[in-house]
Amino acid sequence: MVSGTDLAFWTLAAIAIVSGWRVFRTDSMVRSAFLLLLSFIAVGLIMLLLRAPYLGVATIFMMGVEMMVMALFMVMFMMNPAGLNPMNMVHQERFAIVAGVLAFAGLAAAVWLTDLPHHPLVAGRPVIRELGMELLGRSMLIFETAGVTLLATMIGTVVLSSRSGRFGPADAGSLPPTMTPGGMPAGRIPKKRSGGHGGHGGHAPSAASPTAGEPAHGHANDHPHQPPEHHA
Amino acid sequence: MSLQAILLVAAALIGLGLYGALSQKSFVMLLMGLELMLNGVLLIVVGCWSRSTDGDPKGQLLAIIVMAVMAVDMAIGFALVTAVYRKRQVDVIEGLTTMKH
Repeated sequence: MVSGTDLAFWTLAAIAIVSGWRVFRTDSMVRSAFLLLLSFIAVGLIMLLLRAPYLGVATIFMMGVEMMVMALFMVMFMMNPAGLNPMNMVHQERFAIVAGVLAFAGLAAAVWLTDLPHHPLVAGRPVIRELGMELLGRSMLIFETAGVTLLATMIGTVVLSSRSGRFGPADAGSLPPTMTPGGMPAGRIPKKRSGGHGGHGGHAPSAASPTAGEPAHGHANDHPHQPPEHHA
Repeated sequence: MSLQAILLVAAALIGLGLYGALSQKSFVMLLMGLELMLNGVLLIVVGCWSRSTDGDPKGQLLAIIVMAVMAVDMAIGFALVTAVYRKRQVDVIEGLTTMKH
């Protein structure tokens, strides 16, 4: 006795889980952003099945825009966004697999062992109207708090990502990678780094910075308000 | 489509998201793992609202708050990625060994 709703639910659940897994298994980062979008769309459609049409459609729209932004960031910042080369950028994978499986097993055990209440949504209830009345009625303060939080987020985002800051340009001292083979890798400008090491008083340059300048030069480059860097 | 089935699917999404957030080197892929976990949380909230609250609108309100959290973590995450990239020209977690700028 498999109903159409059940069939649709399990199909969408399989799509959500499989595409969520493929997100971390594809060579192309842009493709993985679209796979995550597919997972979100499947969950949004499950919400429609659960008779939460406003939330389902809002999720699909919001995630559509968000994943487009994510794909843009991939192209801007990341290496290999198109997936032309095979890529597997993972670390501590065994630990991560164990953590993920343990999280799933723990949550699944909690689901099976809990006596979940069964008070399903009454058919014909005007859920969108009720949500609107709740948002702009008794729970307006909560809703407005979310709005103020989003405003604070916008301000924080601009502050964090702007080039000019309180201590000068945010990208001072950083070095973009050269476009020629065998050129300098991206990172910090080595001269500044040797200046920081000169601040320790020791003359021995660390093994990681072979281009350390003269100590006197290094001291002249020191900024009095900047603490010396301890790590290369 | 029982509540248990919905919660199990959500648990799978949360487990996958945790795996991604812990295993990926790239900042943006880490954010994707977080988003996948929040996807599962959203499914839990809507499932519980639909199956065990008689359709109390406060459950939908909670789902909207979860969506706001999603937007906040993406925006701040991308701003941090931009700030780190400006300063150090790195896009992987291994590039960060210190929190000093």
